[in-house]
Amino acid sequence: MADARFRVQFAGPLVTYQDAGRRGLMRFGVPASGPMDRLSYAAANAALGQPTDATTIEISMGGLLLECLEGEVSIALTGGEFNLTLDGTTQPGWTICTVSAGQKLSIRPGPSGSWAYLAFAGNLVTDQWLGHSATHSTSGFGGGALASGQDIVVRESKVREEREGPIQRPDFLPAPGAPRVVMGPQNHHFSSASQELFQMSTYALSDAFDRMGVRLEGPKLDLEGALSIPSEPVCKGSIQVAGDGVPTVLLADHQTTGGYPKIATVISADLDQFAQMRARDSLAFTLISPDEAVSIARNRAAAVERYLEAISQARGTLPQRLMRENLISGVVS
Amino acid sequence: MKASHIFPRFVPVADHALLVEFADSISDDIANRVLALDHAISASPPDGLCEVVPALVNLLIDFDPLVTDHSIMQSEIEALIPRASAIDSNIQTHEVELCYDADLAPDLGAVAHAAGMSEEAVIACHLSASYRVGMYGFAPGYAYLTGVSEQIQLPRKQVAVRDVPAGSVIIAGPQCLVTTLTMPTGWSIIGRSPTEILRNDPDRPFLFDVGDTVRFKRIDRNRFDALNTGNQGAISHG
Repeated sequence: MADARFRVQFAGPLVTYQDAGRRGLMRFGVPASGPMDRLSYAAANAALGQPTDATTIEISMGGLLLECLEGEVSIALTGGEFNLTLDGTTQPGWTICTVSAGQKLSIRPGPSGSWAYLAFAGNLVTDQWLGHSATHSTSGFGGGALASGQDIVVRESKVREEREGPIQRPDFLPAPGAPRVVMGPQNHHFSSASQELFQMSTYALSDAFDRMGVRLEGPKLDLEGALSIPSEPVCKGSIQVAGDGVPTVLLADHQTTGGYPKIATVISADLDQFAQMRARDSLAFTLISPDEAVSIARNRAAAVERYLEAISQARGTLPQRLMRENLISGVVS
Repeated sequence: MKASHIFPRFVPVADHALLVEFADSISDDIANRVLALDHAISASPPDGLCEVVPALVNLLIDFDPLVTDHSIMQSEIEALIPRASAIDSNIQTHEVELCYDADLAPDLGAVAHAAGMSEEAVIACHLSASYRVGMYGFAPGYAYLTGVSEQIQLPRKQVAVRDVPAGSVIIAGPQCLVTTLTMPTGWSIIGRSPTEILRNDPDRPFLFDVGDTVRFKRIDRNRFDALNTGNQGAISHG
């Protein structure tokens, strides 16, 4: 089978290779990394008939411009509402199309969302670190960030004509702007007035937003002399409050330990959508219990599994598509 | 919500983790209890365990919420604690080589001045101590070594210095660290090591485990130059 080759004509900052991430190494200072929006990432792969942990390109709001130098390959674009332009024709994301030698592919942010996922039918050739291509942005370890002039190689590239067209979006996502949190683990370091302020207030994302985390803007939280706590483990979703009282939500490339108290932790089911918000988008945290959090995680996992299974079916010819979509809607309703 | 002051304290974290805390402040005894529990969990991992992150006074137990939950995990950990009385005998001692030449140790003079000692006395003090890997953090392979002698303990600088080379040996307060990446730091830079902490070895990608002992060995410039690959990172083509 043939390869497809692309040249990067332009890549914004934080456009990186990502697979599902390297879990299990936080004890060595290594966060899992991987996609900021794991569901959109898995959807791009599933819809294209790829393994759901295959390497993709995560595209920031800086955008990406590629020229196909040789071969042809089908691609999928998911994630935030980004636009895809192929040889001058623009269409919204959540779509599969085929790119061949001589064509230019441009991906730019549209009306909403911070991260898009570009999957290729075939095997993206990347550097790996500890068995994964997921890029740890601060070190550059893993597949790394894309830069202008660099070539992208897809081995055993395939054309998936039977999969071209729009990708069904997930319909089970929670309301945006209301990430659910479990209080703690250090909420006892905050006065009850500060805890109430945190729960009742509206915050906004600031421009200080990268793969490590995002600083929020909003009411400052008073720490009751908690800046002297010993450094301790933190995870994706931890909301840590620095000495200036400003909360920061930790994301995919977070530090693995830190000495700032964590007032609350965003549940994993809500982190994908949280990461897709943009600077100045506003939000209010919704408090839930640990048991509710576990039950949400279980419901979400079942919904994700059903959804990925559904979109992984090839669409087939037009008559086949019509018949199957009738059947699917018949089952759902 | 008032925190319970009875230790060990179990605190749920989101939908997928439990923080097990042995104390609010650092001591050797507490570090030993953290390590003993870490080893006990590793010897008989509860169902649904994803990973354990040991730190100075507590451990994060990350689990799969599809398999278990906070209360089941808490009771399994509680059952392990009485058995977690001793730390494994396979604690290793590692020798880390370092060169104190002036251009590799830009803050050695300032440390000597602040401590009221000669630079050679600071070096002797740094070399005489035995260090313990307390935890990792900040960046891949950043192992926080405790045990810096009180005579040379200094606070962090007011302003961090940018682009400090990988391999720098830095100190702040009771902690010492051998950096693995070129990063900013506010700690004092007292030497540079050619010893690779991030290793290109899939079976042992990091030189230290939490709890291991580290001793430093002084080397001259010739040996440093011979050993220093200038590449602490362990990136391989896959």
